[in-house]
Amino acid sequence: MSEHLLEVKDLKVSFDTYAGEVKAVRGVSFYLDGGETLAIVGESGCGKSVTIQTVMRLNPEPPARIVGGSILYKGEELTSKTDKEMRSYRGKEFSMIFQDAMTSLNPVVRIGKQMCEAIRIHEKVSHEEAKRRAIEMLGKVGLSNPETVYRRYPHTMSGGQRQRVMIAMALCCHPSILMADEPTTALDVTTQAQILELMQDIQRETGCGIILITHNLGVVARMAERVAVMYAGQIVEKGKLSDIFYHPKHPYTWGLLGSMPDMQERSDSRLTAIPGSPPDLFAPPKGCGFAARCPYCMEICLQSDPEESPVGEGHTARCWLLNPYAAACRPVPPVGRDKQLVTPEVAGYLERKGVTQDGQ
Amino acid sequence: MVCKELIPLKKYILQRLVISVITLWLIVTVCFFLLRLLPGNPFASTTIMTQETLDRMMAYYGLDQPLWKQYLTYMGNLLQGNFGYSLKYAGRSVNYVIASTFPVSAQLGFQALVFGIPVGLLLGILAAKFRGRAMDAGINVFVIICTAVPTFIIAALLQFVLGLKLGLFPVAQWKSFSYTILPTLCLSLGTISGYARSMRTLMLEVDRQDYLKTAKAKGLGNARIVIFHQIRNAIIPMITNLGTEIAGMLMGSYVIEKIFSIPGMGAYFVDSIQGLDYTMVMGLVIFQAVIVIVANFIVDLLYGIIDPRIRVA
Repeated sequence: MSEHLLEVKDLKVSFDTYAGEVKAVRGVSFYLDGGETLAIVGESGCGKSVTIQTVMRLNPEPPARIVGGSILYKGEELTSKTDKEMRSYRGKEFSMIFQDAMTSLNPVVRIGKQMCEAIRIHEKVSHEEAKRRAIEMLGKVGLSNPETVYRRYPHTMSGGQRQRVMIAMALCCHPSILMADEPTTALDVTTQAQILELMQDIQRETGCGIILITHNLGVVARMAERVAVMYAGQIVEKGKLSDIFYHPKHPYTWGLLGSMPDMQERSDSRLTAIPGSPPDLFAPPKGCGFAARCPYCMEICLQSDPEESPVGEGHTARCWLLNPYAAACRPVPPVGRDKQLVTPEVAGYLERKGVTQDGQ
Repeated sequence: MVCKELIPLKKYILQRLVISVITLWLIVTVCFFLLRLLPGNPFASTTIMTQETLDRMMAYYGLDQPLWKQYLTYMGNLLQGNFGYSLKYAGRSVNYVIASTFPVSAQLGFQALVFGIPVGLLLGILAAKFRGRAMDAGINVFVIICTAVPTFIIAALLQFVLGLKLGLFPVAQWKSFSYTILPTLCLSLGTISGYARSMRTLMLEVDRQDYLKTAKAKGLGNARIVIFHQIRNAIIPMITNLGTEIAGMLMGSYVIEKIFSIPGMGAYFVDSIQGLDYTMVMGLVIFQAVIVIVANFIVDLLYGIIDPRIRVA
């Protein structure tokens, strides 16, 4: 029924804590096809990680609980699967690369052993075969002397090397979806570029779909085809790169683009920040999650949550401003600097990918 | 790899050896002079003695000599492995006392450790894995009881129930293996509760680590994650105290040995210090120090095997 590789529909996830129920994800829908990259952006605590970890069912249950919605992978419903059934998906169909490669590898187990473990759990291969494949993967991710790396412990390697190991480990069973949770945040800039390049190479070679979580809009412009902007447990806007960067419709997206540092700007200009902080997800607001911080907030925004409105092909946003009745007061996006929300860095990436203002 | 590590390891062992010898010398010296600072003399409490007899006793044991001379004589004997004669138990050398009682205490302590540590670890792991549920609460109650109720009460209860009422094990004395079971059980309770509590905390600590999420993301089963990834990391800090724990257990327990009439070393510790049995106190202290040092050394080597990050290189 589903023509997409992965389709998440109206997913709701809550955490039951002593203090009450935290509604971390409040109705998220997106899809991913093979070979494409979807970026999920948003500030800390908006539910990005919870969303993709729910797809793999990595969150401990309890306290995590899928309240509603569905996750279809190759047409198969995942939300009703038991933990045991999910095991054959994790590492085999989906793989995850975590933010902090320094702490994501077991410090007391050799790299090789950690990799072989991942291979042999899913495929009945001999130890020698697993070792051969592990070394081959380590070489593929650009580590020199893979045989030596195979025998090393994580603490003897740098952050970039470890992230390569993580990627090698994630790829050794040829997953069809690679989820990367801020894979470059903990790395220095030159290493970041290398890791991103590596991920792109791998995608070209294996045709896997990538879900990329990041704060960095430069990374989004460089890596993704489609973007989902998350705020307070919801996707407030999603669309193609050109939609989000050149025709953003949601005030939060405007804020997000506006708060990006611009290296070519005059040094005395200040960074634009979105004032306030995200709502408390113990008791999400009745209306729009962003209303309290939104400069265009209307009466209705505080009263009820806006529906997702289509604003173009594959481009939707959750905002009352898009309601036909709000047409009269439709504001212009804040054009702070030179009528451009996109920084030259982002524009450069977009141009290289052939993304223009009029769509791809 | 092995060759590379071998040379520094040799150096490391040599270093440790030198430090150990200095430590031992310090212990012996401080202990020797501290003991002499205590008021009274070893023969004061024995029987009523004339001054003449006392003087003769002091002369016989060389206690009339100036202190520095006594010290030199003692060190001389010590270097030959001779702890001297007990001042209390006429005709018994300290070496003999240690040789005859240590094996008993050591066996008891060893059995208690072999039983107590795995059980303690297991309880800690179970408590952590079933956190907040009945299993956790039950283990917690058990741990609190073990910690709060004095050993002699638990020992008496066990003697009464298991020994007297059910007749499963002999109540006291030290003859065959079945005699060792009750005291082993009693002695291990402290170890069990201590290890259970620490292990629970450490397991929960490791529970939050990213590499466990990685392990889960690889598709590993729960058992594999817990055994291969979680326990191995949780257990590392536990090793730190192992040396002292082993030494303490091997040296015997005064209470347990008294209650179960076990001819172990524990009683000598208390009796000799009460009676100012200089040579006996010194002998036991030095013996214990050696055991602590050796145990800690072995544990430190073990540490390197389990945690590659602190391997000597």
